[in-house]
Amino acid sequence: MKAFKNHFAFEFKTGIRDKNLLLLNYLFPLGFYVLISVLMVNINPVFIETLIPAMILISILASTLLGLPEPYVKMREAGIFRSYKVNGVPASSIVIIPPLTIILHMVVVSVIIVLTASIFFGAPLPLNWINFILVFILTLFASTGLGVLIGVASSNTRATVLWSQLFFLPSMMIGGFFIPAQMLPLVIKKISLLLPVTHSFNLFKYFSYQQYLGYDPLWSILILFAGGIIAFGLAIFLFNWDSKNNTRRGHPALAFLVLIPYIIGAIFLP
Amino acid sequence: MGNGLVVEVKDLTKTYGDIKAVDGISFKVKKGEIFGLLGPNGAGKTTTLECIEGLRKPDEGTFMLMGLNPDHRNLRNMIGIQLQVSGLPGTMRTGEAMNFICTYHGVGPRNDLLGRFGLKEKKNTQYQFLSTGLQRKLALALAIAHKPPILILDEPTAGLDVGSRVEFHTIIKELQDSGTTIILATHDMAEAEKMSSRVAILLNGKIVATGTPREITATGKGFTRISVQVKGSSLLNMTGKFLKVIKSSKRDGYEVYFSSDAGTTVSAIIKYISENNDELIDLRVERPSLEERFLEITSKGDH
Repeated sequence: MKAFKNHFAFEFKTGIRDKNLLLLNYLFPLGFYVLISVLMVNINPVFIETLIPAMILISILASTLLGLPEPYVKMREAGIFRSYKVNGVPASSIVIIPPLTIILHMVVVSVIIVLTASIFFGAPLPLNWINFILVFILTLFASTGLGVLIGVASSNTRATVLWSQLFFLPSMMIGGFFIPAQMLPLVIKKISLLLPVTHSFNLFKYFSYQQYLGYDPLWSILILFAGGIIAFGLAIFLFNWDSKNNTRRGHPALAFLVLIPYIIGAIFLP
Repeated sequence: MGNGLVVEVKDLTKTYGDIKAVDGISFKVKKGEIFGLLGPNGAGKTTTLECIEGLRKPDEGTFMLMGLNPDHRNLRNMIGIQLQVSGLPGTMRTGEAMNFICTYHGVGPRNDLLGRFGLKEKKNTQYQFLSTGLQRKLALALAIAHKPPILILDEPTAGLDVGSRVEFHTIIKELQDSGTTIILATHDMAEAEKMSSRVAILLNGKIVATGTPREITATGKGFTRISVQVKGSSLLNMTGKFLKVIKSSKRDGYEVYFSSDAGTTVSAIIKYISENNDELIDLRVERPSLEERFLEITSKGDH
């Protein structure tokens, strides 16, 4: 337990010490939040209604999809995981601890957003705090799982960037923050349901702001939960200590299995 | 594991595709020995060590460490490992690294080792800002922090300056004196000759010679070099005329004789100088080095 705490404390501090991670965990999300809030309040006053969940989700996207995966590849390539292995650091700690620290960083960022959005931009606070927190946790579970899986399954940093952007950019464009889902063409709407963030945003709107969803929110809960479970399961299964050692338990292409719940959602949800 | 054996490797084989990196090697290491693994690049030293360390799974063969098989859960705390290629996160501070590794081994942080390795003042320095030498020292400090009975070192002095190398050798000897068994893979023949109780020379995945450094050099075709300097000119016309001398030359004011039997030749030289009323200034006897024997084995395929 002491080792776990020590490892957690180090990883948490790394999220601030490392300039890249500091940028993606704090500077980019908070800077983007201020910029977008100032701009969008004037351009689209309706946007303010969901400003808090939208900005929290964008923070989670930056942190989990852009910040979380790359250190896995870099540490593997630098032989750090080999050092960990010979010193008895379990693979489960390497897979689980960084996402846990991301959760803590995101709590800090989210508290800042919640506290300031209402005061400075007049954003409405969630109507149901418990539901808001539960959706927040579920979102982090699914998103960190996806981030870790990208890091574990990518063979190099270029592949990491490619896969991360493949989720990040569509999430920003069609995740529902800036363009409401009902305004999207059906094909694009279906594609948006392949993204965890769409389900998270729908859940935030339904549970915390009591907005009409058009389908049973249980679907999105199940999809995010299953997505998180599959992502972490695959990440532990595919985890490789060593970039020079090709013997691994499964082909990295197995990582695509994480999409199964989202594909089911895209097929069956309106 | 009886007879003081700490490490026993039997018929270890590891193949990468069509290449047999390690081809059925066997060796034993006794308690308190420094066992040197020598060989040119690609000989299979690192693969052998990585199999023992649990970083690679051997195709065939068995090995026991402290009487335990490699999958035993307690083994991690019984071996200290300094990898040839390894690292720590760039943002990890030296003191944090010590805490981190020690807690995973279930022991308290060994800040005394940071002092011993000259890292105390760098306790708050991030790993990425340490020099290569200090990074190697930290790696060794971390490898021995939990006082393992077995220490595995892969090219430990690569990248170290002369002072650090000497310091490192002193520490290794201290560890040996305290009963630690050490497996040392190195390219540095002088280091292997100086440090090792026994060595094994690997070539193309096979052990081609094993024994103490003295035993290995004695089995070679190399000759003992005897360098003599005298006040007068008694040796001027004695080129190649002493007993057991195979060839001779002159270098830096010395007459240099290569002998197949140093004792006989030295006696003959001293006797000759004395009989000719000359005065001996300096006499040096240099046995064939491990490096010369190593080159002989690896270049001529003497196995």
